[in-house]
Amino acid sequence: MAITIEEVEKISRLAKLTFTDEEKLKFTQQLSQMIAYVEKLNELDTENVPPTYHVVEMNNVFREDVVKPSMPQEKVLANAPAKKGGYFSVPKVIAQD
Amino acid sequence: MPFEIVIGLEVHAQLSTGSKIFCSCSTEFGAPPNTHVCPVCMGLPGVLPVLNKKVVDYAIRMGIATNCTISQHSVFARKNYFYPDLPKGYQISQYEEPLCENGSIEIEMDGHLKRIGITRIHIEEDAGKSVHAEEFVSKNETLVDLNRCGVPLIEIVSEPDMRSPREAYLYLSALKQILAYLEISDCNMEEGSLRCDANVSLRLTGAKALGVKTEVKNMNSFHGVEKALEYEIERQKEILLKEGKITQQTMLWNAREGKIVPMRSKEEAHDYRYFPEPDLVPVDVDRKWVDDIAHELPELPLQRKRRFIRQYSLPDYDAAVLTVSRHLANFYEESVKLYNDTKKLSNWVMGEMLRFLGERKLEIQDSLITPQNLVGLLQLVDRGTINTGTAKSIFDEMAETGKAPQKIVEEKGLAQVSDASELDAIVVEVIEAHPNELEKYRAGKENLISFFMGQVMKATRGKANPKLVNELLRKKLAEKRG
Repeated sequence: MAITIEEVEKISRLAKLTFTDEEKLKFTQQLSQMIAYVEKLNELDTENVPPTYHVVEMNNVFREDVVKPSMPQEKVLANAPAKKGGYFSVPKVIAQD
Repeated sequence: MPFEIVIGLEVHAQLSTGSKIFCSCSTEFGAPPNTHVCPVCMGLPGVLPVLNKKVVDYAIRMGIATNCTISQHSVFARKNYFYPDLPKGYQISQYEEPLCENGSIEIEMDGHLKRIGITRIHIEEDAGKSVHAEEFVSKNETLVDLNRCGVPLIEIVSEPDMRSPREAYLYLSALKQILAYLEISDCNMEEGSLRCDANVSLRLTGAKALGVKTEVKNMNSFHGVEKALEYEIERQKEILLKEGKITQQTMLWNAREGKIVPMRSKEEAHDYRYFPEPDLVPVDVDRKWVDDIAHELPELPLQRKRRFIRQYSLPDYDAAVLTVSRHLANFYEESVKLYNDTKKLSNWVMGEMLRFLGERKLEIQDSLITPQNLVGLLQLVDRGTINTGTAKSIFDEMAETGKAPQKIVEEKGLAQVSDASELDAIVVEVIEAHPNELEKYRAGKENLISFFMGQVMKATRGKANPKLVNELLRKKLAEKRG
């Protein structure tokens, strides 16, 4: 299955990444190869096989609704490149057009 | 061209657990930013979520109350998108195999019952909060508070069964009432614990296929929902009448300006790339679990309302008001055990009591009003100890202090004067003090009787037995006339 430039652009947009035209071209080839590799799985007939959601045979792992102390704010913000008044500060995100 | 309106709602309700859905951080609203946060809800590498059992219990409660099928097997999925208030880069939600499916609730529209289908109810986590508009935010930044990250939500998705903004409003109100009765959500739209998005489309009346829909977001009050939908329907109608085509897009309601604008984003077509969440094991719910919860479920609002009409011979309106909240309904039922006149009691609850609570922005359970005191007050009137006016005038003191009405009457010397000779003297005095009015009364202006009544009440500080005063006045005035 061949991956098109448009598909690469869509994926990069979803990932909020920008690439040069050269890179995009390279990725169409690399992604196509990856898909082709995984396509092999389609040779198997899985019609009547339920999907495996989890590799361990386990269910219903719960915790009780008990509040425990959280991290102190300084620690929470310790690795933030920018902060203000206890908040993380990030580049403005509303307008995208 | 006659159009049919088609509306479906997606409602997010915050569940009122103490801790978050996948970690032990507190869910409390209004804490300083980033103080209810830990490595799990911050999405740091290497952490594992563990599901809060109460979240499942609460979601099952809602599922049963809305006549859903509770899935025996249910799994989680990752919904992927990038936004600064979603530190993991995905929201843990449910996609295939949600916890509850195929339910419905009933709404009452102009006395008729209508069923609104519920497609599914699933569990998910909330995202953090982005702050754009506050004063302390500079022009080129957004501030992020992760306290809300991982607060448990249920998303309730309806069928496209609503045919007017009014029905959407009633459906939303009914959902809110059920959530409140079940005590699983605070349902505070202003604080964001109840959020609602709508899918709206129009089609020619009689058409089977659905028209192109738009999604309306940002409606943060009940009336906002109704208004935003009315606006959007008009907008679509205008386009369709000009033979234009509706563009499938997300619209944002601006409550302040009362209008709707398309969301500014090139990336309209969402692509969430859902896939199964490998960090969480499936939830299997057996029959016993569901039965245990069903067993503890309270009587639901609509059932309770119908029973009130039947059991207490109340008008539809009274029953609806009294069952608005579970606590209010409980209060009425406690009171009615002590008092036989169900309608009179209802009048007092809906009148004085709700006025008092409304003025003070109190809920009944947070006030000092007790069934014993309210009934005590009515009994004082019934026995003729005080008149209705006095009862109303001491209601607030009773409600504010929790003092027994008998005690207030004693302390203030408010007991009604029913002594005919005492009142007789006052009546004569009042008539003699107002010769002009007497003149007019004699000339045929008989409604001046209420003026004299008022004067007698004034003279007795409202304590006179009104029935007796009325009799005495008529008698004396007649004498004077003759």
